[in-house]
Amino acid sequence: MDRTAPERIRRRFVIGNLLERWLPKLVVSPLFAASLVFVYGFIAWTIYISFTKSGVLPDYTLVGLSQYLRLWSTPRWYVALQNLLVFSSLFIGGCMIVGMLLAILLDQRIRAEGAIRTIYLYPMALSFIVTGTAWKWILNPTLGIETFVRGLGYPDFSFDWLVDPHFAIYTVVIAGVWQSSGYVMALFLAGLRSVDDEIVRAAAIDGAGPVRTYATIILPIVRPVFLSAIIVLAHISIKSYDLVVALTGGGPGYATDLPATFMYAYAFQRSELGLAAASAVMMLMTVMAIIVPYLYSELRGRRR
Amino acid sequence: MSRKGIVRRRGAGQAALRLLLYAVLVLFCLVYLLPLVIMVSTSLKSLGEIRTGSLISLPTQVSLDAWLKAWGTACVGVRCKGIAPYMWNSVLMVVPAVLISTLLGAVNGYALTKWRFRGADVIFALMLFGAFIPFQIVLLPMARTLGLFGLAGTTWGLVLVHTVYGLAFTTLFFRNFFVSVSDGIVQAAKIDGAGFFPIFFKLMLPMAVPTIVVTVIWQFTNIWNDFLFGSAFTVGDSNPVTVALNNIVATSTGVKEYNVDMAAAIIAGLPTLAVYVLAGNYFVRGLAAGAVKG
Amino acid sequence: MAGVQLEKVRKSFGQNEVIKGIDLEIAPGEFVVLVGPSGCGKSTLLNLIAGLETLSSGNIRISDRLVNDVPPKDRDIAMVFQSYALYPTKSVHGNITFGMETRHVRRDEQDQAVSEVSQLLHIEQLLDRKPGQLSGGQRQRVAMGRALVRKPDVFLFDEPLSNLDAKLRIEMRTEIKKLHQRLGKTTIYVTHDQVEAMTLASRIAVMDNGHIRQFGPPAEIYEDPRDLFVAGFMGSPSMNLVRGTLVGDGDRLAVEVRDQEGTVSFPLPAALAAKVRGKTGQQIDLGLRPEIITHHGAHAEGAMLSNFERAIDVVEPTGPDTMLVFTLGGAEAIGRVRSDEVVEAGRPYTFEVNMDKAKLFDPESGIRL
Repeated sequence: MDRTAPERIRRRFVIGNLLERWLPKLVVSPLFAASLVFVYGFIAWTIYISFTKSGVLPDYTLVGLSQYLRLWSTPRWYVALQNLLVFSSLFIGGCMIVGMLLAILLDQRIRAEGAIRTIYLYPMALSFIVTGTAWKWILNPTLGIETFVRGLGYPDFSFDWLVDPHFAIYTVVIAGVWQSSGYVMALFLAGLRSVDDEIVRAAAIDGAGPVRTYATIILPIVRPVFLSAIIVLAHISIKSYDLVVALTGGGPGYATDLPATFMYAYAFQRSELGLAAASAVMMLMTVMAIIVPYLYSELRGRRR
Repeated sequence: MSRKGIVRRRGAGQAALRLLLYAVLVLFCLVYLLPLVIMVSTSLKSLGEIRTGSLISLPTQVSLDAWLKAWGTACVGVRCKGIAPYMWNSVLMVVPAVLISTLLGAVNGYALTKWRFRGADVIFALMLFGAFIPFQIVLLPMARTLGLFGLAGTTWGLVLVHTVYGLAFTTLFFRNFFVSVSDGIVQAAKIDGAGFFPIFFKLMLPMAVPTIVVTVIWQFTNIWNDFLFGSAFTVGDSNPVTVALNNIVATSTGVKEYNVDMAAAIIAGLPTLAVYVLAGNYFVRGLAAGAVKG
Repeated sequence: MAGVQLEKVRKSFGQNEVIKGIDLEIAPGEFVVLVGPSGCGKSTLLNLIAGLETLSSGNIRISDRLVNDVPPKDRDIAMVFQSYALYPTKSVHGNITFGMETRHVRRDEQDQAVSEVSQLLHIEQLLDRKPGQLSGGQRQRVAMGRALVRKPDVFLFDEPLSNLDAKLRIEMRTEIKKLHQRLGKTTIYVTHDQVEAMTLASRIAVMDNGHIRQFGPPAEIYEDPRDLFVAGFMGSPSMNLVRGTLVGDGDRLAVEVRDQEGTVSFPLPAALAAKVRGKTGQQIDLGLRPEIITHHGAHAEGAMLSNFERAIDVVEPTGPDTMLVFTLGGAEAIGRVRSDEVVEAGRPYTFEVNMDKAKLFDPESGIRL
């Protein structure tokens, strides 16, 4: 009795300790497993499918690159890519310019800054589907701006980009910049605010005016914000799906298709699984081409 | 930069610049507010007034008919019960998905930072990757998997999807918070005899309340606003409200009732808008924290 | 040469008045140190002089020019900040020349100026580096270099040494003093460290709660503090304050301190006694700096001495001296004896006090008598 009781306690202690040591791993592993399956497994599956002749149903017969060849000979894919190029460059550029401008203006000891900031940022809280509904209505030639301006006494005014195959993509840009520029503003404002006050004061003593202070001192300091804002915006633009659906539905025709809507259309409407998978793989590769170097430099930079 | 009281030359030029500054800021306020104002004012007009009136004119006669119709009787496809049942779908989807993904992210972030084991960093990096993928890459296998488990077209299926793909974000948020918590606290608690879960629930979670709020708001906004998963994995009756809204708006049959569209859009956007107005600071912090990801 | 005059200077942030009417006259070439506890308004006062904060009321003159509405760059000042405030994206060279660039100084003049100050401060080999690659002491030098090239009328320093480790702090302190002796420029220096104030200043302004408590040369501030605050703030360890009762009659007055260990009587020298005549029986605060409570035979001949014995609570050797902590009149007190005195904690020790250097304070107002 005297010898076994401590022994039992000791053993329980050891088991408890062992459990404690394994508990963190036990907790993490199912989550990690889920991510392995749902992220990496699914990516692998999609990649695999992109090399098969799958149509309406998955067909696991490998056919090499033929889906990719088909993809790259589909005119609609080129339209989507071209739109992506136009949309992403204008969207990123527009958001950066507007967001940065607003952040700098808001950084000037503004009364009611909080309220103004809230107004600039609220679209980010809304779904593209919701705001798209509003924009669709505003940009609608017979009901929106066009009619409004004509009513003001300019009967020849025309603003029908929404239904013009050549210009419809620009309406997506307008709605996108309106929605996301506040986000860039918030990022930049936080960056500007993090600059040490004493540096700004030193610049004032050195005689730099506002323009020079921003251009040569403050903006170079917040350079990391540029990078992360551009990365985030690029990411949004590649994934953009709901904005196009809500605003133009990809139309007129497929004039405003983006890779995201293209993929969806081929996967769920035209049931061309192999081709859809190939387009999804192209999207993934594009995103990775942007993200991986960024993450790499971020992680490396942090270690330094 | 002149946010502090640095002495500047006074004069007409300065005053004019200041005026211009405010003018620009107010102009942008109008630009950002106008769509919302137009939405609200249109939703309160009758169809006749919409046709005769102008885009930005305020309703001469405020009518809540469009709101009532959007809520209770508007047709989504062939089902004419308004947007209400779909709001309910979204609630049923968003509440469990937010709670589960937040809790799991919290435990995960805690285990990966405060009980660092070999490979913890690699596991985190691999899981973080899930936050960056374009979801199109998982649409097809996910659709098949949901079918396989009999979850296709169900709210629970969407809960699963949002939990799984939200986990990368929630883990990121909590990891970043727990990294900033001193290891000494955990060491001290261990010496006091507390184990993995007691430390988590009694010490770490109470400290992490702001991060919990940020994460919940972030997840709520993202999941409520999701359209891609909702349209890919649900049909008809089980649609979340964003999909239903798009169906109302995109309907081309019959007379187009713009006021009902607008009312439906506002109703669908109201929950996230309310959260934004009530907890804007946390929302902004979530955006900043999510900036690493996008 | 430039002097600086402050006239009824006030500054409020909203409801909160931080500077409560300060007058200060700084002569050309002086080294004035503003010293005080944190929150006393010393940095705000410096920022007002620099033009980095706008006055609420009052006047500031630099070289007899009213500068209330003059922007910082036109005040002919240079400033060294606590965080150094180096521009992180510019090289050391770029940091130093930035001010000259904004003033469109010719390139060859810039180079000339850079080489001068970099030689002076021994930073020639650092010119191409970024601030992030410098040590604390090097950053400090660069910050000073940036101030020096402006060739200003007035140098302003805002706690420039507080981010350095103890050894470097003393080195840089000497460096700053040398620089001032060499250039002879008017300097205003903010610190919370009274040793820095004592060592650097030609005059010290002791600040508290938005007021200047006393303004004078270091020796005067130390030996002749106007009130309890100044006496307590300057000196380390700070002055011992003992509450006692004034006893005696005529010129033979003494402060009597009672506690559990007995009664100690501190006889007052005639000069001191003259100031408190007629207050017999009243309570009074006796101020004794640690260095005047010491071992037998340490004081100059002819000084008025007084002895007392107390049990020692703690013995703290510092190297050259040993601090002895004991209790007197219910309060903790510190004496300072030479290090070869044999003292043991718990045992009684007999101190000798130089009463010529004792101070008396009114316990109500804190004013020195």
